Order: sequence, then structure tokens, then C-alpha cells
Amino acid sequence: MRLSISIGLATGLGLSLASALTTVALADDFPSKNVQYVIPFGPGGESDISARLQQKYFEEITGEQLIVQYMPGGGGAVGWSQLSDMPADGHTIMGSNLPHIILKPMGQDVGFKTEELNNFFYFHYSPDAILVRNDSPHETLDDLIQAAEEAPGAVTFSGSGTYSANDVANTRFQQLADVTTTYIPFKGTGAAVTALLGGQVQAEWGYTTVAANHQDKVRMLAVASEERHPMFPDVPTFQELGYDMVGGAYRGMAVPEGTPEDVQQQLSDIFQQINQNPQFREEMQDLGFVLMDVPLEEVDAFMAERMDVYEASARELGLIE
Amino acid sequence: MEIFSHALGALSPLNLGLALLGVASGIIIGALPGLSATMAVAVLVPVTFGMAPESALIMLGAIYTGAIYGGSYSAILVNTPGTPSAIATTFDGFPMAKRGDGDLAVTLSTLASVVGGLVGVLALLTLAPLLAQVALSFGPVEYFWLAIFGLTLISALSEGSTLKGFMGAGFGLLLSTIGVAVVGGDIRYTFGSQVLLGGIEIVSALIGLYCIPVLIDLVATPESHLKVDEEQRGIRLREGLKHAWIGKLNLLRSASIGTGVAILPGAGGSIASLVSYSEARRAAKDSSSFGKGNPQGVLATEAANNATVGGGFIPTLVLGIPGTPPDAVILGALLVQGFRTGPELFTTNANITYTFVAGLFIATCLLLPLGLLIGRYAFKSIISVPKALLVPTIAFMTVIGTYAIRNSVSDVIIMLTLGVMGWLLNRYGFKPSPIVLGLILGPIAEQGFVQGFLMGRASGSYAVMFFGGPISLTIIALSILSVFYPLIKARRARRRNPNGAGDPHQEVL
Repeated sequence: MRLSISIGLATGLGLSLASALTTVALADDFPSKNVQYVIPFGPGGESDISARLQQKYFEEITGEQLIVQYMPGGGGAVGWSQLSDMPADGHTIMGSNLPHIILKPMGQDVGFKTEELNNFFYFHYSPDAILVRNDSPHETLDDLIQAAEEAPGAVTFSGSGTYSANDVANTRFQQLADVTTTYIPFKGTGAAVTALLGGQVQAEWGYTTVAANHQDKVRMLAVASEERHPMFPDVPTFQELGYDMVGGAYRGMAVPEGTPEDVQQQLSDIFQQINQNPQFREEMQDLGFVLMDVPLEEVDAFMAERMDVYEASARELGLIE
Repeated sequence: MEIFSHALGALSPLNLGLALLGVASGIIIGALPGLSATMAVAVLVPVTFGMAPESALIMLGAIYTGAIYGGSYSAILVNTPGTPSAIATTFDGFPMAKRGDGDLAVTLSTLASVVGGLVGVLALLTLAPLLAQVALSFGPVEYFWLAIFGLTLISALSEGSTLKGFMGAGFGLLLSTIGVAVVGGDIRYTFGSQVLLGGIEIVSALIGLYCIPVLIDLVATPESHLKVDEEQRGIRLREGLKHAWIGKLNLLRSASIGTGVAILPGAGGSIASLVSYSEARRAAKDSSSFGKGNPQGVLATEAANNATVGGGFIPTLVLGIPGTPPDAVILGALLVQGFRTGPELFTTNANITYTFVAGLFIATCLLLPLGLLIGRYAFKSIISVPKALLVPTIAFMTVIGTYAIRNSVSDVIIMLTLGVMGWLLNRYGFKPSPIVLGLILGPIAEQGFVQGFLMGRASGSYAVMFFGGPISLTIIALSILSVFYPLIKARRARRRNPNGAGDPHQEVL
């Protein structure tokens, strides 16, 4: 064990020297074989689609394949609770999602703890957004808020899951707008948007990605990003409307504990390089994602900041005291 | 006609070769328990990045079509549904194989799959935008009632042992609550074990409950696995066609049911094939022979489950809502290729759409020669392999297949535990199908109920929410009919034949 670590360190040192020179040299050393990319959800969701987009460029950069696998169950808990048993050589990485990995282990045992996931890069987020059907009488966010004020609890929102990004967004929104709504959790974004399109609920807590996929049928009332999304220049942000809401579902990658620091750095560099590819950026943006770069050296600070936000939400949700 | 030019484009030698390869590998993957259509498609997605979009789509459609069909092999030959869609195929397929008609059953399944597949593709081509609206009219409450209706089918399918059928379903419902709840997020019945955190995977339950008891019986009894006739009868295509012709109404009805159910994103192939099976049985004059190797039973379920391929793409392509899990993978691949769902589907994106539909059509037609050929080899190898080799091979495959579902040893442990339980329960007359049905329908019913309850509270009336819609009322009526139909039928039979002839203890499930 100790031997393999020292070998890992030695190759790692060599690697970081080489990578400083050219990216071709990087492809020669790490990864030395295909990298397994485990998505702790089923196929077809945002995590899967963004991983599939990365997949193309990973091979261009490294010459090795990025193999996407699914390990669904327990809203991600099945995958994350098994990450620590996986090989810690950098050739196995797992999708890591916020707020899931923070909220899930709060107050109950789901087989993993937030700090056991070694996140090495966060690459995008899909901003929270309120969506209504095209034919909805609620033209603006104010219309919807007014309806909720007139009949507390009567305005229904569909969303994906309990203690999820959507649930957190709804809780925070109720607090900021001082209204009471009814949040109805569905299994995944697909089921949540079906309920909206079918008229079973009046509105949906979704993301810009949902609006991008169903442009012809839904409209967004407000979006929780810092700036307006380039695809939807007419949709105001929550901040513009006076509600301090910025956030959504953040997606990144993690490695098992014990993965050498320099290998993590390599991975972080590779995915940062993918994030800078203009074609990748365009494809991601067309699907409604917002790219961001949180490389290895900034992950801790980023996690600490999100932790504060979600702890406040968890208290609201009654997850923790 | 634009569609024909796209169909011709799809017919290039390279694309035909890819379709052939896709169907063949799909059949083999689908036939292995545990290796599902979803996995087959997911593995292939990165390969298709390097291809021209139309070739990629044709291959994805082909592998999916092949895998759904391939699931019938293991259902017929080893009583293990290769996919949940093939559960009902075991009812008559395995008894047929047991008595030496495995070759005929495979041929029937091929013919039915081709007919069902074509009906589904035809619906996708002609009625997609219209039918997609049906998917939207099903809300949480409708899904709740649909799940209840599915559970009542147990009563129709297990005449004579209805009570045991419902007890099995109750057990399955309980099993379905294990793990993290979707609505509410609570962790239930895991007893602190991480193994149970993700709940019980349906495919691992299928393998455990159906396949392990067969293996134990194989070891415990001296008989050979399947009865083999001395004479070689080939693929018995003529005989198969005769049965298909007799059952042409059955085939069309089952294919239509399959297409219809597949349009509902939450329902899936298992419900489609069960509903069409029970309808086929209800409509048949000799309904008592169902479950004992009636060829019409195989025709019904296999026509229905292959119709779900085309039907499932209706909400996927029109609304961007995947009808089935493999649809979700293919939708992801389409999005990565720059495809958008919606109205431009038949305008700006028409070339992609029509090529894809043409690809599905070609793949379905290829099922006929390829299915008959591969099916014959599958049948031959199962009957010619000595038992001492067959048992360890199947056992090995069940373990590998279960592990492969989500690379998890937990699933293997769950599969083996359920297998032993299934064997014990079987000895006391509890069949695996009600348990699996409970497991599949439990989450649909639970989520639908809780969501409907929340919606009812918001709207101010639970009664209107649950009993107000015309679709809900129709499904409730169907459920009541389904529960009491065996009683009505028994009374009618008694009136007609007061001496009480006929076997009251027929069991299917």
C-alpha cells in the first residue's frame, strides 16, 4: 500500500512537471487508461446529459475514454455511499451534486457524509426558475405571488424530490415573498414538468434547462442566476425583482478519499480545459446550463459558502434543529 | 412523401449493416438476465458520437428493439424475464418449453414481436402529436388509480388462489417501500443497512424470484430442464404462423394496448404486457388453458411489449418526456446531437425524426430473420447443454447480471435472499408474479396518492381530486370489473353447467 502510494506520488510529480510543458505530455501519463465516470442517478437527467457532453471532449484532450455509468437509487445516496470503496487512483470519478450531498446526510444516516466526497471540480449549475405554462394567467412573478397571497396554500408547484434544490428554492421563496405555497415533489424533473404541462399544478420549480427543453410550451417568470440567461434575455432574475435568490443545482465531480492530490489536480485541469472549449460552452448554454469554474484549489471555499446557505434552508425545512 | 426518401436514406448498406449488428447484439444482451435494454443503449451512446447522426440513431433504435425482444428468450427457456416487460411471457412461455414446445414458443414470440413492433412504429409515425396529449392527461391521481387497476389484475389472473395472489402483492408492496422515499425523503425499513438504502431493484427481484427457484428445482430433481423431442422440427414457422393467424385479433388488440400504455411515461412495458395478457385470456373461449402453455398467451405479451418501443417514443419525441428508461438514454443522446423535441420535430428536424422512425421500422423487420435464427440457437443450446453445466452457467449469469445493474454487490445479496424466499413461498403456493407486481406498482401508487393528496389539500377537496376526473372514474370502473369478473364468470358458468364441471383451481400467477 505504502509502496503504491509512493509510486503514485513519484509519477504524480513527474506528471505535474510534464503537464506544465504541454497538454500532449499530460495525455501520455494520466490518465493511463479509461476513466469511469459514475453518475449516481438514472439516465436522461441533467447530470447524465452534461456528462455526455464532457465525454466527447475528454477523449480529445486525454486520448482515453470517459465511460459514463449509472448507479441510481436513494436520490444519489446509493452511489455516494459506495464512492469510498472505489479505487482511489483517479480513474474512477463520480458526479457530485449540490445541494444533494449537503442536505441528504443532514440529520439522518444515508451511508455517506458530505466531507467524505473529495470534490475536485464544479463545472456548472442550472439556475432555479419558476415556470408556468404558456397559457397560464400568471404573466409575471407578481401575479403568481398575488394569487398565493389571496389563497394561501392554493398555488401548487411541482418539483423534483424532497430536500432537493427545488424544495430548497421553494422554501426560500416562501420566506422571501412571505407567501404560502404547496410544493409537490415528483420523481425527477421529467415527471415534474409532465405535471406542469398536463395542468395538474399551476407552476413548477425547475431550471433554465427545463425551459430550454420545452421552450414552445412553458415560460419562465424569474430565474435565480446573477445575470439574465443569454437564451432568455427577457426573463428577469429574482434579484432584479427584489428577491435575494441566486442558486440552483450545482454539478461537479468527486473522487474517493485517498486519491493522490496531484492526480486530483490533473483531473481538475482536464475538466477546466473542457469547460473552456468554445464548442462545449455553446452546447451547454444551448441546453440552458450556466458554466462556472470551481477548480480544486477553490472547492473548499465554495463548499463552505454553499454549506452556510443550505444550513439555513435545512433549518427552515425542519431537517435540523 | 418525405418519409420514403428518409427510409431510402436509411437503407444504405452501411446503415443496414449497423441495424443488423444492433438488432443481433440487442437480442443477445436482452436475453441475458440483468443486462437490460437501458444498459445496452447506454453503453452504445459514446460509440455513436463518432457516427453520422442518422447511422447513430438507426443503431440505437435497433439495439433497443432487439433487447426488448431478446427478453422473451430467458422468459421462455429458463422462466426468467430478461426485462420486466417479459414477466407475463413466463406464464405460458415456460410451460410450453417444459412440455417440449420451446422452439414453437420462441417462433411465436418472434412473430408477435414483429407485429407489435410494427403497430407501435406506425402509431409513432401517424398519430404521435395527437397521442402525446393523452400522456399529459394522466396526472398523479390517474397514475394512482392505474396502479390500483394493475393490482386488481392479480385477481383476474389467479382465479382459485386469489387470496394468495393478494397476499403476495401485499408483500411486494411492502418490499417497495424499502429505501429512501421519493416523496418525503424518509429512510424506511433499511434497519441501518446501506445494502437496502437504494431500495430493491426490480430487475434483481425478477432474477431472484423467478430464476433462483428454477435453479434450486433443477438441482433438487432428477428430471431434465426441458422436455426434448427426439425428432428435429426446425423453427416450426408454419405452425407458428397458423397460431398467429388464429390469434390475429389477439395480436392487434395486444399491440394496441401496448402502444396505449407505453404513451404513459410512468407505466411501462410490464403493465402493458400484463393488461394485454389478461385481456387475451378474458376474450378466449378456452381461458382455463392460459397459464398452462397456451400459445395465445405468448402472442399477447410479446406483441404488447414490442409495441411499447414505438409507443414510448411518442411522449419522448413530441414532449421531451421519456416514455421508458431506454427512451431517456436515447433522448439524452439526441440532445447531445443537437436535436430539440417539440413542434419542429416534423418540420426543421424532420430528417432526424423520419430517419429514426425508418430505423425502428427496419429494425423491427430484421427481428424476423434474426430472431428466428438466434432463437433457434438459444433453444438448441439450452436443451443440448447437460444439466451439470447448465445450472452453474445460469447461476453465474444471474450473479453477474444482477451485479451489472448498478455495479453493486448489494443487489446480488438482495437477489439471492429474495430467490431463497421465492423458492420457499412457491412451495406454499405463492407465485412470484404478484410479488413483483406489488414491487413495481407500489411506488407508482404511493407517489400518485401522496401527490394527489397534496393537490387535493391545495384545491380544497380530496373527493373531487380523487373521484372527479373522467379518466379516474373509468379506471376505477375497470378495477371493480377486474376484481369481480372471476366471480361473475364463475356464477355464469355454474348457471350454465350446474354440475360444476371445469377446474376451479386453475392458477396462472
